[in-house]
Amino acid sequence: MLATKNLRLVPWILALTLAPLTASAADASHGEKLWKKCRSCHVLDESGKRKTGPTLSDIIGRPAGATGGYRYSKALAAAGKDGLVWTKESLDAFLEEPKVFLKGTKMTFRGMKKPEDRADLIAFLETAAMTPTLQDAHADPELPAEILAVEGDPDYGEYLSGTCTTCHQLSGGDEGIPAITGWTREDFMTAMFAYKNKNRENPVMQQITTPLSTEEIASLALYFESIENTE
Amino acid sequence: MRLDRRQFIGTAAAATATLSAPMVKAGSHGKPKVVVIGGGAGGATAARYIAKDSKGEIDVTLIEPTRTYYTCFFSNLYIGGFRDFASIGHTYGKLAVDYGINVVHDWAVGVDRDAKTVALASGSSVPYDRLIISPGIDFVDGAVPGWSVSAQNKMPHAYKAGSQTQLLKAQLEAMPQGGTYAMVAPPNPFRCPPGPYERISMVAHYLKNNNPNAKILIADPKPKFSKQGLFEDGWERHYGGMIERVGPDFGGDKVEVRPDTMELVIDGEATKVDVCNVIPAQKAGRIAELAGVTNDKGWAPVEAFGMTSKMDPNIHVLGDASQQGDMPKSGFSANSQAKVCAMAVRGALTGSKVFPAKFANTCWSLIESDDGIKVGASYEATDEKIKNTGGFISKNGEDAATRKATYEESVGWYAGITADMFG
Repeated sequence: MLATKNLRLVPWILALTLAPLTASAADASHGEKLWKKCRSCHVLDESGKRKTGPTLSDIIGRPAGATGGYRYSKALAAAGKDGLVWTKESLDAFLEEPKVFLKGTKMTFRGMKKPEDRADLIAFLETAAMTPTLQDAHADPELPAEILAVEGDPDYGEYLSGTCTTCHQLSGGDEGIPAITGWTREDFMTAMFAYKNKNRENPVMQQITTPLSTEEIASLALYFESIENTE
Repeated sequence: MRLDRRQFIGTAAAATATLSAPMVKAGSHGKPKVVVIGGGAGGATAARYIAKDSKGEIDVTLIEPTRTYYTCFFSNLYIGGFRDFASIGHTYGKLAVDYGINVVHDWAVGVDRDAKTVALASGSSVPYDRLIISPGIDFVDGAVPGWSVSAQNKMPHAYKAGSQTQLLKAQLEAMPQGGTYAMVAPPNPFRCPPGPYERISMVAHYLKNNNPNAKILIADPKPKFSKQGLFEDGWERHYGGMIERVGPDFGGDKVEVRPDTMELVIDGEATKVDVCNVIPAQKAGRIAELAGVTNDKGWAPVEAFGMTSKMDPNIHVLGDASQQGDMPKSGFSANSQAKVCAMAVRGALTGSKVFPAKFANTCWSLIESDDGIKVGASYEATDEKIKNTGGFISKNGEDAATRKATYEESVGWYAGITADMFG
C-alpha cells in the first residue's frame, strides 16, 4: 500500500520541480477573459451555488480536495490527503495538462498550453475571490429543494441515457463534448435544468432537455452518478 | 469493486443460471434470437444495445458485408481534407469480443418471413425470432438518365462511403486548373439532407486552396434544401463566385448525364465537366424490398413505438430505409431509433420493462475551417408517426467562436456516436 501511495505522489512532485515560474508580469484582466473557459463548471464565490466543479473561492493556498460538500475524484481526494496544496506553482502545473498532472481527475478541461495564459489566469483567480464584481454572473440557478427531492428510476435513466451517449462518451472521453459521467446527482440536475430553462445556451442541450420531465432528469442524474470515468 | 462491462458479460451466463428464469418468448430453439441486417448507425447500435442490455439472454447476430465500415457522416470532411480516411473506418471486433455478438461478414440476400430465416449469399441461412433490417439506401434505377452503377467509376455517387469516397476525392484532386466540378443533387427524400451541400462546401474548400479558378456547378431538382440560408451565406463569405446552383426554376430537375464524354445536360444544354458527382434518387436498401416490407415509394413504413414494420410484426426497420414520419434520414436518427427499437425488442422477447419512445436528431455541417452549423429536433412516438416536438437551427451572423465551438462539438459527436455503435 505504502509503495502505491508514494508512486501516486511522484507525478505531481516531479511536475512541481520542473514547472517553470512565469508569474513575473501576469495580467489579471487577460486572466478574467480566460476565466470564461472555467466558468461553465466553476464559481468564484461561496454563496452556496455550485456547478460541476468545486468553487474556486480562495483557491490559492487551499489544500487540494478540501471544499466541503464537493465530491472529488478519488485521485484528487487522495492527492489532497498526500499533501497537495494549490499554490501558484502547483496550479500552473495542473492547468497545463490536468489529466497528465493528476491522472484520474474528473476535471474535463484539456489544459492551457501557454505559460503566460496560465500565469494570467492564476493572477485573476488570486484577486477574483476578493473582488465581488468579478464573480461569475452566469452561475446556474439553484434548484428548489422539492425538485432535487424528486426520486428517479435508475433503469429508466439507463434507457434515457441512450440519447446522451450519441454524443457524450460513457468512457469519460471529452473531445469537443464534455464528459457527464460521475457527476453528483445535484450537479447533474442543476445543469440539466439550466439548459431546460435556457440559463445555459447550447441549443442542442436546450433541445434535448426541453421535453424531459423532472422525474426523467432525476432518473438520468441517478444513472450518470453511478458511472465512473474510465479515461 | 464495480464490475466493468467486460467482466459483467463474462459472468452473465453464470449469473443468469442462478437467477429466476426470465420470461423468454422464444421458439423451441432455446434463447430468443435477434438477427440484425446492416452494421451502420442503426444496425450496429441496435445489435450492441440488445446484447449489452439483455445481458446474455438474447442471441444477437449481425450481418454486415464489410469488414471495415466507413461512415457516410464525416466522409465529406475526408473529401475536404479535414479527416484522414482511416479515421472514418471502424471494425466490428469489440461487438464480437466485448458483447458476444455473432458478427457475420456476408450479404443477406433474402428473408423467408414464414420460416423466419435470413438467407446469406454464402448459401447458409440464419433463423430469427425478431429481425431488424437497417440496410441504408440504394439508388432508384434510371433516376438520372444516362447514369447507372456501371457508370459510377466515371461519375461517382460517393453516397455510400468507402471506395467511392476515395474515388471522388482523387478525381477532385486530379481536376485541371480552372476546371468544373459538377454535382447532380438528389430529390427528396434522401440520406442526410445537408450532405450534398456540406460536400459542396468541402469541395470548395479544397478548390479554393488548390485550384482557385475552378467552378462548382450544382443541378438541383429541389426548390429548397436543408440549412439553405446558412450554406448560401457561408458560400458567399468563403467562396464568393465559385458556386453556381441551378434549381428547378432553371431546369435543375431536367438533367441527363453522358459519362463517356463527361457532359452534364441541364434542360437540354450540355456542359463539359471535369468531375461529375451524381447522387441519384434513393430508396430503401434492396434487402428491405426483398423482405417485402417496402411500399410503392420504395421505403419501409414502420410504426413509431418500436420501429416495427407495418407489413410484419416480427420485423423492424431502422434508419434511412424506414419511413417513420418526421425524422430526417441521418446517422444520428438511425442511432436514436435503434435504441428505441432495442428496448422494444427486448421487451417483446424477454419481458424487460418498456419505456416511452423518445428520439432526437442533430445534423452538424462544416462550411469552412472552424465554421460549423447545426440543425436539430426532438421527436416522440404517436399512433400516426414519429412526430417532431420542436427544433433549433444555427443562425446567420453568429460569432466565429460559436461557429468554431459548433464544429468542435461535431467532432465530439463523431467520437461519441461511433463509440455508441462499435463499443
